[in-house]
Amino acid sequence: MNFSEKAVIMNASEMNRAIKRMAHEIIEANKGIDNLVLLGVQRRGVPLARMLGEAIKAVEGSEVPQGALDITFYRDDLSTLGPAPQVSSTEMPFDVNKKIIILVDDVLFTGRTVRAALDVIMDWGRPEAIRLAVLVDRGHRELPIRPDFVGKNVPTSQREIIKVKVKEFDDKAEVVVGEVEGE
Amino acid sequence: MILKNKDVLGLEDLSAEEILGVLEIASRFRAVFDRPVRSVPIMRGRTVVNFFHEPSTRTRISFELAEKRLSADIVNFSTATSSFSKGETLRDTAENLAAMKIDMLIIRHSSAGAARYLAKVLKCSVINAGDGAHEHPTQGLLDIMTMRQRLGDLRGKKVTIIGDISHSRVARSNIWGLNKLGAEVTLCGPPTMVPGGLAKLGVNIEYDLKKAVADADVLNVLRIQLERHSSKSFPSNREYHRMYGITEEVVRTLKPEAFVMHPGPMNRDVEISSTVADGPRQVILDQVANGVAVRMALIYLLSGGDPGALSSAQE
Repeated sequence: MNFSEKAVIMNASEMNRAIKRMAHEIIEANKGIDNLVLLGVQRRGVPLARMLGEAIKAVEGSEVPQGALDITFYRDDLSTLGPAPQVSSTEMPFDVNKKIIILVDDVLFTGRTVRAALDVIMDWGRPEAIRLAVLVDRGHRELPIRPDFVGKNVPTSQREIIKVKVKEFDDKAEVVVGEVEGE
Repeated sequence: MILKNKDVLGLEDLSAEEILGVLEIASRFRAVFDRPVRSVPIMRGRTVVNFFHEPSTRTRISFELAEKRLSADIVNFSTATSSFSKGETLRDTAENLAAMKIDMLIIRHSSAGAARYLAKVLKCSVINAGDGAHEHPTQGLLDIMTMRQRLGDLRGKKVTIIGDISHSRVARSNIWGLNKLGAEVTLCGPPTMVPGGLAKLGVNIEYDLKKAVADADVLNVLRIQLERHSSKSFPSNREYHRMYGITEEVVRTLKPEAFVMHPGPMNRDVEISSTVADGPRQVILDQVANGVAVRMALIYLLSGGDPGALSSAQE
């Protein structure tokens, strides 16, 4: 599979600004950060959750607990075989009961990952509420799921691919749109 | 893909990469045990049949728990309650099962090669849960997982397997797996139970227990299969205990971090003394917990669960 980049739709400073705005929206919607926890979906949701956490701390002055969620064992497409093996770990360093969970992912597409993530959280306990924060909403939902906090809405075609790059994994931060070649 | 074949019949067939890949997934499943809900839904709607043609408690329960924690549908049957007692052949039984559309067969059988035979006949995946004195791959994997939790990389680590090697499928699976991961394996036991020909497998053989354990990092103590010894390979249980039993005195001669494993069920005060079996140097219950995780990983991977699907989902 060859990925060809067509355009950069967010550069590093645009990503930062979007995340800062989302942080403000999260604080406003929850009237503070009491009971709030950030849960990043592996893998790129995790660094984004950390960035959101830093932005929230810059405003409110205190840390919001953070965790990571791996949804592999909750997927609905067990028979779909993929190439390079990769299972990440779930890290839940807090009790989810009665918390307000901000679920963080990089791109919202079909909604199936979020569906799986909701099931994982429910198996850990019963949070007071779960809200969804995504850096990019590209449309084409297959399930009745909508985000509460969005960095950028990007209309796409089914063929297109949105890649969110983060410093941790990709050496630079940006969001690009591209297409798979030769299919 | 982590596993290249549709079946897991023995560690002889697996590469070092496959073994490490399975253990990596197993450690993820192990983490699930600490949650309030100890199962994941990934195998919903898949059917696994546990076919035990030989008595087993631990392995059968471990497989059953693994399947339940993956939310698979389970059918259990054992020889005593099946048409086996009416004279049906292994192949006929298996083909009838396949006709009922099962996804996986777990088989324990007293004959070496039974699992491989069924794997050839059936389209569904087959996992060997122990076949005669041939292999017991899931036990080998859980032993290796337990060793790696304590020792990390096994390259150059010294593992001494003590007991009835000639009758032991556990020993064979351990030897294949440990050799592939670069550990140095020493076998020890009475010469009647440790034939010299085993050296061909690439292991050391040492009949003197003191020498065999002196610089070991791990002792894997096998069960003396009292039921298999019609013509006894040793004079008495007491003599075996005195010569080859792992006692407090033996443990005191070990390296400080060395630890003792046993696949169970134990003959207390035969191959292992009660004080060691209940003492601080054993990891027997870790082995049991890892067993469920390893079996979950194999069932999950053979069912087409490939973690690659996660990273490629967006792409």
